[in-house]
Amino acid sequence: MAISFEKAFGIHPQSLQVRAKNAEVIAANIANADTPGYKAKGLDFKAALAQAASKQQSGMSKTHAKHFDIRTEINNGVDYRVPNQADTGDGNTVDAQVERNLYLENSMKYQASLQFLTGKIKGLKKAITGGQG
Amino acid sequence: MSLFNVFDISATGMSAQSVRLNTTASNIANADSVSSSVDKTYRARHPVFAAEMQKAAAGQEESVGVKVLGIVESDKPLNIEYSPGHPMADAGGYIYKPNVNVIEEMTNMISASRSYQTNIQLAESAKNMLNKTLMLGQR
Repeated sequence: MAISFEKAFGIHPQSLQVRAKNAEVIAANIANADTPGYKAKGLDFKAALAQAASKQQSGMSKTHAKHFDIRTEINNGVDYRVPNQADTGDGNTVDAQVERNLYLENSMKYQASLQFLTGKIKGLKKAITGGQG
Repeated sequence: MSLFNVFDISATGMSAQSVRLNTTASNIANADSVSSSVDKTYRARHPVFAAEMQKAAAGQEESVGVKVLGIVESDKPLNIEYSPGHPMADAGGYIYKPNVNVIEEMTNMISASRSYQTNIQLAESAKNMLNKTLMLGQR
């Protein structure tokens, strides 16, 4: 019986990808916390994960080196956040405290996914070595 | 690998905030620099932040760093004082003091250093996440 890594790891590898992406989006929000006119963005985790899991890439394939890279990722899950405070005076909608907590939460969930993967890998190792290693 | 982008983004945030700290330091240091003419008087300087939009063109539109577009001098009126006995006084007996508001600058300094710290913490926890990822399957 062959071991399918794809099946063994389940959704977790994609989940890690989306978590990393989410960390990037939140980092951009915090870096721009003092930029006038900057609008905070957020990742719709469900949509992004569904997209990552189905590996949807609606674009034209490149068959020549001189072809342009046309990728039309139909809304890759990133959207503007609805601000708590509508008018901050300079058009910035980043709530630094909220973003920090979201970043922390995201990082914990990233590590939870890693923990799951570690468990799976341990299990597979045991299966491969027959509990000898 | 998008976790590495967190380092780039928080680095832009840190450098922008340190420019802001620099201008604040310069403003506070020169808060009492007296001069004898309007042109030669120090004026409060402030950086202008903007999102790094040229990266957005390269297909990274959802996560952009910050950059300092430039530094503008405040056009608030200068503090003109009548003080004929002052060595820097002009022909009419006036001295010119900068338009620096020290209290504003102090709050600006606190805000800048907090933002700087937040950006460092982002990089730090991204580092932890990457370290844990590198250790995947080894324990």
